[in-house]
Amino acid sequence: MITRDAFDTLADALLAEAQGGEVLLLGYYAEDTDFARLNRARLRQAGHVAQRELHVELIDGARHASADIQLQDDAQADLAQARAELASLRELLPQLPEDPYLAYAAEVRPSESVADGELGTREAWLDAIAASADDLDLVGLLARGVQAHGFANSLGQRNWHAAASFNFDWSLHAAGGRAVKSRYAGSRWNPEQLTARVAAARRRLDALARPTQTPATGHHRAFLAPAALGELLDLLGWGGFGLKSLRTGQSPLQRLADGRDALHPAVKLREARAGSPAPGFSEAGYLLPAEVSLVEGGRFGSALAGPRSAREFGVDVNARMEAPEALEMDGGDLAEADVLATLGDGLYLSDLWYCNYSDRNACRITGMSRYACFAVAGGELAGPLAPMRFDASIYDLLGDGLQALTRERERLADASTYERRSTATQQLPGILVDGFPLTL
Amino acid sequence: MESDLHAISTRFRAVAPACDYWTLRVVATREERLAVRQGVPEPVARSRALGAMVTVEVDGGIGYGATSDLSGSGLRRAAGEAVAWARLAARLPLPGAEQLTRLATSGDYASPVEDPWDGVSAADKLAWLAATAPRLRAGEQIVDWFAALYHRDQQVLLADGAGHATLQHFSWVAPTLRAVASDGMLTESRTVGGANAVRQGGLEQLASLGFPDRADAVGEEALALLAAPPCPSGSTDLLLMPSQMVLQIHESIGHPLELDRILGDERNYAGTSFVTPEMFGSYRYGSELLNVTFDPTLPEQAVSYAWDDAGTPAERAHLIRDGLLERPLGGALSQLRSGLPGTANSRACDWNRPPIDRMANLNVEPGATPFAELVGGIERGVLMDTNRSWSIDDSRNKFQFGCEFGRVIRDGELGEVVRDCNYRGISAGFWRNLAAVGDAETFHVAGVLNCGKGEPNQAVFVGHASPACVFRDVDVFSEA
Repeated sequence: MITRDAFDTLADALLAEAQGGEVLLLGYYAEDTDFARLNRARLRQAGHVAQRELHVELIDGARHASADIQLQDDAQADLAQARAELASLRELLPQLPEDPYLAYAAEVRPSESVADGELGTREAWLDAIAASADDLDLVGLLARGVQAHGFANSLGQRNWHAAASFNFDWSLHAAGGRAVKSRYAGSRWNPEQLTARVAAARRRLDALARPTQTPATGHHRAFLAPAALGELLDLLGWGGFGLKSLRTGQSPLQRLADGRDALHPAVKLREARAGSPAPGFSEAGYLLPAEVSLVEGGRFGSALAGPRSAREFGVDVNARMEAPEALEMDGGDLAEADVLATLGDGLYLSDLWYCNYSDRNACRITGMSRYACFAVAGGELAGPLAPMRFDASIYDLLGDGLQALTRERERLADASTYERRSTATQQLPGILVDGFPLTL
Repeated sequence: MESDLHAISTRFRAVAPACDYWTLRVVATREERLAVRQGVPEPVARSRALGAMVTVEVDGGIGYGATSDLSGSGLRRAAGEAVAWARLAARLPLPGAEQLTRLATSGDYASPVEDPWDGVSAADKLAWLAATAPRLRAGEQIVDWFAALYHRDQQVLLADGAGHATLQHFSWVAPTLRAVASDGMLTESRTVGGANAVRQGGLEQLASLGFPDRADAVGEEALALLAAPPCPSGSTDLLLMPSQMVLQIHESIGHPLELDRILGDERNYAGTSFVTPEMFGSYRYGSELLNVTFDPTLPEQAVSYAWDDAGTPAERAHLIRDGLLERPLGGALSQLRSGLPGTANSRACDWNRPPIDRMANLNVEPGATPFAELVGGIERGVLMDTNRSWSIDDSRNKFQFGCEFGRVIRDGELGEVVRDCNYRGISAGFWRNLAAVGDAETFHVAGVLNCGKGEPNQAVFVGHASPACVFRDVDVFSEA
């Protein structure tokens, strides 16, 4: 079981070992997660992961080094291991040069955030999945459990952020490669919501039974649902808003940041950390701002600055990593119910896939359509799209090509589980664009 | 950190649960990253990880419990979680997937290491990086330059209740040399190593990965790219160097041949495959020049091993022979589910993720054509080197790749440098247009450090070795 006491006890003992002018920073991560992987609505692989990690950073003057270790949840054993790592860092430090970009929070600002949840039992989840999808080819992953992030330093600061949550990321599949993607994430499990989402996906799967459409390559009007837009913005976060990337000319948004180009005035993007599942503090102990404006009225706002590049370039720290973790985009005037009629003839893109830069200087991105994407004719779904490749510049899609944003926005919880469960989120509208280029 | 993994196994045996069969996989990992950027050493980052996964079979259900608490009580709790999940799995089983692979052998394996990572102090390695990094700055327009070394040491113990145990000890090194050139309007970069070069062994492997000797060329080529015209557009011959062949093999041969994708496990994340079970034994994947092997025997390659993480002994096998598709990349459980032959490629990234079908070492075998003749045989074409962008559809058919560095080829001669090189195609047609395969002199052993797949997600090292290859009638371009 994850408790703040376990971290506090370890931190108390370890921080007391700081010698002379040394400063110690400790970061803690704990996760107790059930993972249930499904194929054809049956369990393919299921289990439980309990992991505890400690980040130890030793600073002496302008020299510093860090180590990550895994903990056992045994106070004595964990302290012994952390002490050994601290001793190893202390031995290493004199070998290292001084670091001109060393940065850590010197002001003591404690915080605590604890969000419990009702996650449902394993049995209840499996019963609900079996009851609603027994006749369906459902594939996906249920992740449910508690995550905790902690910080402590020898200056006296303590921060704690713990939350219980679930994220069921799944899709329904039918003959001919037809598939519908859906998601159910939150902290209050409700089997009726799951049943309703499966039923909605089932109806959409039925709509895919029409003949597959393969549109000609070239430019099309298109509606990108929030998840499709989210794929593009997720990639854009990869070097787009980071201070170091911008100051070394490597950002795909360089032209926007330099004022050589602009997006549509309706584009407003911000990192909105308040209320997000991501912790509000960094590994260096900085409390992060509730909001950072990234794009305002189509113009570049602020870069995301982590501690090290903030020191290098002389700005304030406003991010843990130099990529959005809680990205929000303002909506517009288009009612979701009017999307098909407004689109008329074109493409309805529910999901995009495998996006990557084809030209970073022009912020051009290539990727594929995936899941329930449709050709639309006369404001009606004409049939599912064959997998189609696009290659488009963000300066076009969110610039002159942007025609409308939906009033409604969708909150998307990142289902990524590399090394640990992601706490990143996006809150996005759908967008209607002209000139969406299909290339293959 | 406890270093005797057999002792952990012994501790587990004392608390092992009552079940039909169990395995214990203990993984101890140690990593270090050293880097110098623009003359300033980056913070030294070290990590140590130790944990175990207990997997059990109960009444035809399989479950796992993974923990970093390796005390007797911690291991008992993990076993309890595994049994609880196995019982639930038995209630809702995926047909054919109820059999936990049985271990049949015991033994040890270790990476061949001549110059151990720990044989040189962190200070000396940083000094080496500090001396190398300035060579990347070939001119004022180099705005960012970076030299780095990465090391991972990993021990994996796999044991079962019947007394079998395998212990494998791996050592990897991966260098990076990178220069970024910018004139304020245009930015171009050049990289050696990075995400696409990792080898098993010690510091002796760095030279063959270009570290540090390629440092001057990296900076000069970044400047050359800044002054270069864009890649020409059109259907033309394409000469891919091994540093790009790595990604071409990975995305359009490796992933589509993964048997768990063909069985549908990955359809919600990494995707499916255009390859179907009926194709094995008869499908023409590429031209007669295409020979692809699963090869765990090259000692320096990233994923040479004696057993996979399900305990299956690893052996070399042809997946594609003379262009014909022979067998998929599928571990013992996938072979059981599909009735197809496979390979020992059931792999997990760490102690906290279960094994799934992965690439290991997946190589294009060398042909007989010297490099000069590869170039000489091209009337009009482009040479592309070093992947910088990759994208492919979820059945691994429609792809688009970008490369850092290109050179025009005219009338059998290498011409000017070109920038922003992209090409696209469809896997099947592309490999059938393989027109020439370089000889052993062009063959290079590399790998990928960040192959992502699985639910929950796992990133693993993959080994790829390839000669330079020529493809006909490829759609190349700079601007879409």
